[in-house]
Amino acid sequence: MLIIKNLHAEVEGKQILKGINLTVGAGEVHAIMGPNGSGKSSLASVLAGKENYEVTEGEVIFQGKNLLEMSPEVRAREGVFLAFQYPIEIPGVSNINFLKTALAEIRTHKGLPPLDAKEFLRLSKEKQKLVEFDAKLVNRSLNEGFSGGEKKRNEIFQLAMLEPALSILDETDSGLDIDALRIVSKGVNKLRSANNAFIIITHYQRLLEYIVPDFVHVLYNGRIVKSGTKELALELEEKGYDWLKEEAHENAPTI
Amino acid sequence: MMTPQDIPLYEEVVNGFNRLSAADALGRESSDLRRTRQSAFERFRESGFPTIKNEDWKYTNIARWLKDEYALGGIPGGSGGAAAYGAVAENVRAAVERARVAELDAYIVLLVNGVWQKEDAGGLPKGVELLTVAEARQDPALSGYFERPADGRERYFAALNTALFSDGLFIRVDAGALPAKPLHIIHVFTADHNLLVQPRHVWVVNRQAELKVIESVVTAGVGTGAEAADDKGQATAKIWVNSLTEIIVHSDAKVDHTVVQTPGERTRLVQHTTVRQKRQSLYNNYNFTFPGADLVRNDLQIRLEEDHTETHLYGLYLAAGQQLVDNHTLVDHQKPACFSNELYKGVLLEQSTGVFNGKVYVHRDAQKTNAFQQNNNLVISKKATIDSKPELEIFADDVKCSHGSTVGQFSEEALFYLRARGISEDTAKGLLINAFAFDVTEKIKTAAVEAHVNQLISQHIPLTHA
Ligand SMILES: Nc1ncnc2c1ncn2[C@@H]1O[C@H](COP(=O)(O)OP(=O)(O)OP(=O)(O)O)[C@@H](O)[C@H]1O
Ligand SMILES: [Mg+2]
Repeated sequence: MLIIKNLHAEVEGKQILKGINLTVGAGEVHAIMGPNGSGKSSLASVLAGKENYEVTEGEVIFQGKNLLEMSPEVRAREGVFLAFQYPIEIPGVSNINFLKTALAEIRTHKGLPPLDAKEFLRLSKEKQKLVEFDAKLVNRSLNEGFSGGEKKRNEIFQLAMLEPALSILDETDSGLDIDALRIVSKGVNKLRSANNAFIIITHYQRLLEYIVPDFVHVLYNGRIVKSGTKELALELEEKGYDWLKEEAHENAPTI
Repeated sequence: MMTPQDIPLYEEVVNGFNRLSAADALGRESSDLRRTRQSAFERFRESGFPTIKNEDWKYTNIARWLKDEYALGGIPGGSGGAAAYGAVAENVRAAVERARVAELDAYIVLLVNGVWQKEDAGGLPKGVELLTVAEARQDPALSGYFERPADGRERYFAALNTALFSDGLFIRVDAGALPAKPLHIIHVFTADHNLLVQPRHVWVVNRQAELKVIESVVTAGVGTGAEAADDKGQATAKIWVNSLTEIIVHSDAKVDHTVVQTPGERTRLVQHTTVRQKRQSLYNNYNFTFPGADLVRNDLQIRLEEDHTETHLYGLYLAAGQQLVDNHTLVDHQKPACFSNELYKGVLLEQSTGVFNGKVYVHRDAQKTNAFQQNNNLVISKKATIDSKPELEIFADDVKCSHGSTVGQFSEEALFYLRARGISEDTAKGLLINAFAFDVTEKIKTAAVEAHVNQLISQHIPLTHA
């Protein structure tokens, strides 16, 4: 589904991603962990098409197409979804109208007819239930005055509505209370299928107990320095990142 | 720099006024009114048309529109009445349709070039009286409203209006009257040759009465008349509207006043509104200006003449093309314990220019004043400009006042968020403009009017020109 090859990217002249290689197959869940500032959100932003990141080297193939050539909206319509680490508030844009517009544009792109008001409402009700998203929030301005956890839950509600092929969850777990974490994870697990894939960025092993990953990667200093299975997450929980940092420095290419 | 004598319109109005005085066309008016006109005319002759050297017109250069010649329309004693518009009746009807607010249950009052088309008026609400200004100024009981205008020292356009106004709408609401429906006043302006039109309106809202008014300003095929076309059949007639409205809100009365300005190209609109508020009265103004007219200059002056009044001013201007939209507001706190709140928002597209000047003046006597003002602008295009200037002058010590002004572009973060959900850049910008305007539009209390304004916003949102 997704092939990232030797991806280098910089922001404001600063090199952030320094050669990422990652392959995500359909039906898989990949977890990405790593210390603060290592480039996890940057990778997510580059995949979603944020324009202040400049890709200086490498390529990204998504479902056989060159992802990097597409505008952010086309990536979304093709099936890439980023649940933001810090979802922003947009006062004056109603949550539901925004979703209606997004879904309509995605469906048009896929050659599907638009949903009528009734079908949309039914779908929205169904997905609200799935992530137990408060109906009152649905009609409010986009994220305006939402609590941290409500914003995160709204991201997953949107994900459920838009049914992307590749979902990237950037620290969706931080800010969620214990119950919310369980609910959101349950929702994500229900959405998992053989046809879609998830990249889950997290600092905590707890989320990975609910959403069990097929692979765990550690990103450090713009590179994936270690990959493994879910046991790696447990090991990290215990030992922290220092041992990996040392290894990484030993293995870093000398100039 | 043009001298007054170089401006064809200056000559036209000076000659026009002299002609009228000589022919004694004003003879039917009271001597007080004639004196008022004479002194206003003297002031205009001294001031001439404003230039950028005048503080209040610093950013609003009207020289390019004063190069055109205009005939003085509908002068006092002259006809200028409804009959003259028979030929364009169809255009007028189309304009009225455009101005109509869907689903709004209101009493429609139609004015063409400032002249009330009575035959179109349906039954009026109880307690509301409508007269033409031509009638009202002959009525000894009412002529005082015209003989002693709120500001006897005005210059420029306001003085010119006082000197030469002919007609308009006089509204009186009886004390305690609570009309069931709002008035929807539709102002249609039309011309088949270059024309200066100067309507004057007076509203008197008596004690404990309530009045809700929606005013729509539209043009009917300005410049589509046969004579007005150039050799390519392109319309060229221009219309200058210099309109003045005086509103008196007596004690404990409430006025809700919405203005929707959508005149078309080749229109130059100068709207002067003076509101005088008495004790514990409430006045709300919602002003919306949309692309179309070459020039829109609104002067909205609120005079708080007694204590414990409440005033809310909300404005939204969406300017496009080469348009210049200028909003000058004044909230004049003369007496204690008055509350005023103002929020104006502007969206500047293409090569448009916006001007906002909000003056709040708190007199020494006006203790316990609460006065708030905010102006926010979204400049969409690199070629658009905005000059925003809040002015606070406070001479009382026990007051709460604040003001602020911002100029910004689209939030890149917000645009990216929307696009990352599959929404195209243009649609995302449209959503953000609507969202920006929302703070103002949500204040409209009548749902049908709010929907109407939102629809106008969507209609003018740039999808390709940004
Ligand atoms: N616009 C920017 N300008 C300059 N530096 C930036 C910019 N955006 C990100 N960075 C830098 O890039 C590095 C990687 O940031 P990123 O947000 O990708 O880290 P992260 O791994 O997601 O960290 P965290 O776990 O704290 O969320 C950081 O050093 C950050 O300061
Ligand atoms: Mg991050």
